[in-house]
Amino acid sequence: MITIELLDVLHSLSLKFNNSMEVIKYIETTKKKKILDLIKIDHISKAYGGHQALSDVSLTIPDKSIFGLLGPNGAGKTTLIRIITKIIQQDQGKVFLNKEEITYDLVRKIGYLPEERGLYKKMKVGEQLIYLSQLKGLSRTEAVKRIKIWLEKLDLKSWWNKTVEDLSKGMAQKVQFIATVVHEPKLLILDEPFSGFDPVNADLIKNEILELRDKGATIIFSTHRMESVEELCDNIALINQSKKILDGSVKQIKEKHKQGQYIIDYKGTLPTKESFDVLSQTDLEGDLKRAHIKFHQASKPNDLIAQLIESIQLFSFSEKIPTINEIFISKVSPSHE
Amino acid sequence: MKFSFQKYLQVMNKVSLIIFREYLTRVKKKSFIIATFLGPILMGAVMFLPTYFALNTQGNKSFQVIDESGLMGAIFVSDNEVSYEYISTNLDVAKSDLLENDVDGLIYIPKFELNEPKGFALYGASNQSISTLSSIENTLELHIESLRLLASGLDKEVIDSFEANIDLNTINLSNSGGEQESSSGAATIIGYIASFMIYMFVFIYGAMCMRGVIEEKSSRIVEIVLSSVKPFELMMGKVIGIAMVGLTQFVLWILLTGGISLLISVFMSPEALEMGTANSEMSSEADMMATALSALGGINMTLVLSAFLFYFIGGYLLYGALFAAIGSASESDADAQQFMLPVTAPLIISIISLSLVLQDPHGSVSFWMSIIPFTSPIIMMMRIPFGVAPWELILSMFILILGFLFTLWIAGRIYRVGILMHGTKVNWKILAKWFMTSD
Repeated sequence: MITIELLDVLHSLSLKFNNSMEVIKYIETTKKKKILDLIKIDHISKAYGGHQALSDVSLTIPDKSIFGLLGPNGAGKTTLIRIITKIIQQDQGKVFLNKEEITYDLVRKIGYLPEERGLYKKMKVGEQLIYLSQLKGLSRTEAVKRIKIWLEKLDLKSWWNKTVEDLSKGMAQKVQFIATVVHEPKLLILDEPFSGFDPVNADLIKNEILELRDKGATIIFSTHRMESVEELCDNIALINQSKKILDGSVKQIKEKHKQGQYIIDYKGTLPTKESFDVLSQTDLEGDLKRAHIKFHQASKPNDLIAQLIESIQLFSFSEKIPTINEIFISKVSPSHE
Repeated sequence: MKFSFQKYLQVMNKVSLIIFREYLTRVKKKSFIIATFLGPILMGAVMFLPTYFALNTQGNKSFQVIDESGLMGAIFVSDNEVSYEYISTNLDVAKSDLLENDVDGLIYIPKFELNEPKGFALYGASNQSISTLSSIENTLELHIESLRLLASGLDKEVIDSFEANIDLNTINLSNSGGEQESSSGAATIIGYIASFMIYMFVFIYGAMCMRGVIEEKSSRIVEIVLSSVKPFELMMGKVIGIAMVGLTQFVLWILLTGGISLLISVFMSPEALEMGTANSEMSSEADMMATALSALGGINMTLVLSAFLFYFIGGYLLYGALFAAIGSASESDADAQQFMLPVTAPLIISIISLSLVLQDPHGSVSFWMSIIPFTSPIIMMMRIPFGVAPWELILSMFILILGFLFTLWIAGRIYRVGILMHGTKVNWKILAKWFMTSD
């Protein structure tokens, strides 16, 4: 996709460098930068009465990726989402979509699955989905076509003429999910998308989300269940008590929060040294033991191995990478009373 | 903001989608279909059964008369409705026989002085209606008066020639100088029916509006819908959709009532005619009904119907908006109760004031209540059959339009905040705060 802006850059660059390789490289990086920030949240604050729901939260959400908004209940996730979707108005700060301040008309194009969601109970599934898709701007025939495909995909084909009252909670959630994605939005915002799903259906929805990302959509979702995040999110932000406490790519965050902890399986007796602490020890089968070690020079695992093999037989050595859950708890617990 | 026609069309398209959903889901309901077909039948029954009964009342009352004075002669004459039997038994015997005989009452005329008539009595197993009492009293009084006149020396022929029978014709003078024969009876009936229908429609469809909003709010679909449309668009879609349901019902009722009353009148008329010739003295109710129906032609029915449509729509929009706002602040019908009374108070006051308006349809109370938009739909419908000056009508309609624009604006501001609020105990102060919240 070449914009006028990009052509301008090209023009000035070809004058500057006279080297095509460098130009291409530069263009690639500018392009990446351009794409990177689909949404920019700039110093958002919001208070309800006396309660501070969000204080000075800034975030950037990269394009064509899955972004997880994590935090315990009442942290401010839903408030932030409602501000992005312009359902409520922030007290301070701005939200940019594609570098433009977000407007009502832009919001109407996104797919939004609210945390508080329901359906018209007396309406039939098919009719209801057609209505909601038409509100999103699809023509009736187009809506019918797409809804049929989705219902088949999510095992709801035979429910077209049933009223919502007759659906189980999980089925109703699937119908709501379809209503959110049927107009193929470029940006999807899902507030607690997995709540209310059994593991099988949660997996089904998880796969649909990944597929949508691969097709080029950007997905923001919030959850208080950290374990669902690891395999799904490219980037995350942790929110606690109205403040952002951490954000970045999952890989980077984990890398940053490694504490030089290793799990080793061994035979023999562990030496006591000042360079590491043994956090825990368990007996496995036979003489085999497992220990959890914290090494103080985190960046040099080879040194640890060298020190260990002096006195024990090493059968397995692995770095203990913290889960997002653990990182979250370690970040949050000091502030908990 | 720039005005873009295409954007306007998109918004209108979405609002019309909402209108049609609201309309279709309600019109397809069984309760709507039943009410639509039963309504006219009930209306027909209410309008025509009294006439039917009044015309067909047979002489099913019987009285015994004891005249101890011997002065009164046969003043009670039996007719189709009441039969009188003169008996000469002793009062005590007649009284004890009364319960066994199939007689409604015993009229006792004691010996009395002409200048001091006392001791008259009506014995009966059950209470007599006021009209029966007054008719008996009337007969006695008239006869005693003529006896006194005779006693004062007047000739009987002279006395008879005094008798006058007057039937009051009411004639309205219009500004154009023409005379229009009218019947205040017909105007009263039409005014009452129209006012009550407005009252019912506003209440029924206003409450429907409120329940629709509560349903959306409590089922939590509203946030999904609000990701596609603005709160005000959703509210307007609902209010207009339900107005169309009301209009559909009204039009169907008019058509069906027309059809049914045509059928009934065709079925009834030969009999009614026969009755009319058979007894020259119709009962007073039947009399009134007949003159009222014949005077219907004197009332401008086109004006009444089109004014009804206008005041129905205007009144509904005015109150429907407020009902929608109440709905947005409530999570159940029970929550809504606390706000209902203040909002519906003007409607109830209007209905109570109808009798005041009837006493003086052109007085200042009637005038002001038909100008104030909260009461004008009901009060004006009562006044129109009595004739209202065009400028009053136009002023009232204009103010009603301003009125519903105003309530829609207020309701929209409360609605946009309230519809997303859960778990807060809402009172008037909070409603005011929502209203003041800036966009």
